[in-house]
Amino acid sequence: MHELSIMEAVRDQALEQAERHGGGRITAITLRIGSLAGVEPEALTMAFDVVMAGTTAAGARLVIEAVAAECFCAGCQAPFPAQDGVCECPRCGAISRQLLRGRELQLASLELADPAPADPTFADPASADPDPRRQDR
Amino acid sequence: MCTTCNCGQSEPALIESAGAETAVIAAPGPGPRRLELGEALLSHNDAHAAALRQRFAAAGLPVLNLLSSPGSGKTALLERLGRDWSGSGRLGAIVGDLATDNDARRLRAAGIEAVQITTGQACHLEASMLEPALERFDLAALELLVIENVGNLVCPAAYDLGESLRLVLLAVTEGEDKPLKYPAMFHSADVVVINKIDLAAAVEFDREHAHRHIARVAPAARIVEVSARTGEGMEALREAIAAGLAASGIAAPARAVAATAAGAPV
Repeated sequence: MHELSIMEAVRDQALEQAERHGGGRITAITLRIGSLAGVEPEALTMAFDVVMAGTTAAGARLVIEAVAAECFCAGCQAPFPAQDGVCECPRCGAISRQLLRGRELQLASLELADPAPADPTFADPASADPDPRRQDR
Repeated sequence: MCTTCNCGQSEPALIESAGAETAVIAAPGPGPRRLELGEALLSHNDAHAAALRQRFAAAGLPVLNLLSSPGSGKTALLERLGRDWSGSGRLGAIVGDLATDNDARRLRAAGIEAVQITTGQACHLEASMLEPALERFDLAALELLVIENVGNLVCPAAYDLGESLRLVLLAVTEGEDKPLKYPAMFHSADVVVINKIDLAAAVEFDREHAHRHIARVAPAARIVEVSARTGEGMEALREAIAAGLAASGIAAPARAVAATAAGAPV
C-alpha cells in the first residue's frame, strides 16, 4: 500500500503549492498517472479522503488523468499504444526502446477556493466578503 | 502574483459549468482558481535521491538497487557476490525488510559489510531512509554498494534511491510470464537477472519465452541467467553490471566490477 505514502506526498505538495499561491481551500486535486508509474489509481482514490481529512483539502475532489503508455517504433516511424506495458509494435512486431509516455506521476493541477476559514487572516468577517465564492456575473 | 497559471492578467473570469471536472479560472482574490502545476509527485524523494546520487558520485561509488518478489533469491545472490568478491575495496549492502535483521546477518557471514533497515509497515525503501544507514559506512572504502530493496515488485518501482543501476530479479520458479504481470517494475530495470537457472529443467522453464517477455516490457535491459546457488552465470552478471555502469557513464565502478569479473573467487 504505497498509495498511502504517495497520497501523503500529494497532500504535502498540494498544501505547499496552495500556500505559495495565496492560500485558500483546495476544492480539487488533479493527478496525472501513467499506466507504467507503478501506482494503482483505485488504491489512491481509497487513500484520498483519509489523507486529506483535517487539512484545507478536506472534501476536495480527486481527479485522476490516466496516461496510457505509448512507444515509438523506429521501423514504422510511428507511435503505438503500449498495451499492458508491452513495447512490441503491433504493425511490425519490433521491440521499441522508446517509451513516449506512461511513467507520469504528477500533481497536475489544483483548484483553490476562498481562503481557508481556519486561517485567522480571513476569519474576520469585516475584512472578507460574506460569500467570497459568489460571482454575480 | 501567480506565474504558474497566469492568474491576475485579466479581470476575474469564472467559468464553472455544473458538474464539470475542471473550471477555467483567472481570478485574483476570492473565488476558485486553477493552478496548473505538472510537478513530479515524488519530488521530495527525487530530491533526496539526487543528493544521494551526488554523494555516491563524489565517492566514486557505484550503487545497485536490487529488486524482486520475496523469495526470488536477492539475498542468496548477494551472498554469492560476497563470497566470490575479489575487489580491492569492500562490498557493502543495505538491506530493507519489513522486520528482522536475518538478511544482514547472512550477508555479513558472506563477508559483506551489511546494514539492515527495517521498514515496519513500509513496503518499499525511500531515499531518505538510506541516509542514516549510510552513516555507518566509510563510502570511500567501498567498491560497490548494493541496496537490497523490500521484496515487492510493485511499490518500490516509483522510488529512486540514487542508484547507478536497477537490477530486477526473477526466479525461474516464478514462471516465464511474471514480467508481463509487473510491467512497471520491469520497465525500470537496467539489468534483468533470471535466478535459480539450475532449476530451469525441473520446473520446465521456457527460456526463449522468458527472454521474449522480458524484452517486451524491459526493452532496454540486459538479461542474464544465473544460479546464486551453483555460481553459474555470475561472470556474465558481473559483466552486465560493468557494461551497464559504463553505459551510464560511471567510470570508477567498472574498475571494481571488472576486477571481480577477471579475478578468481577468494
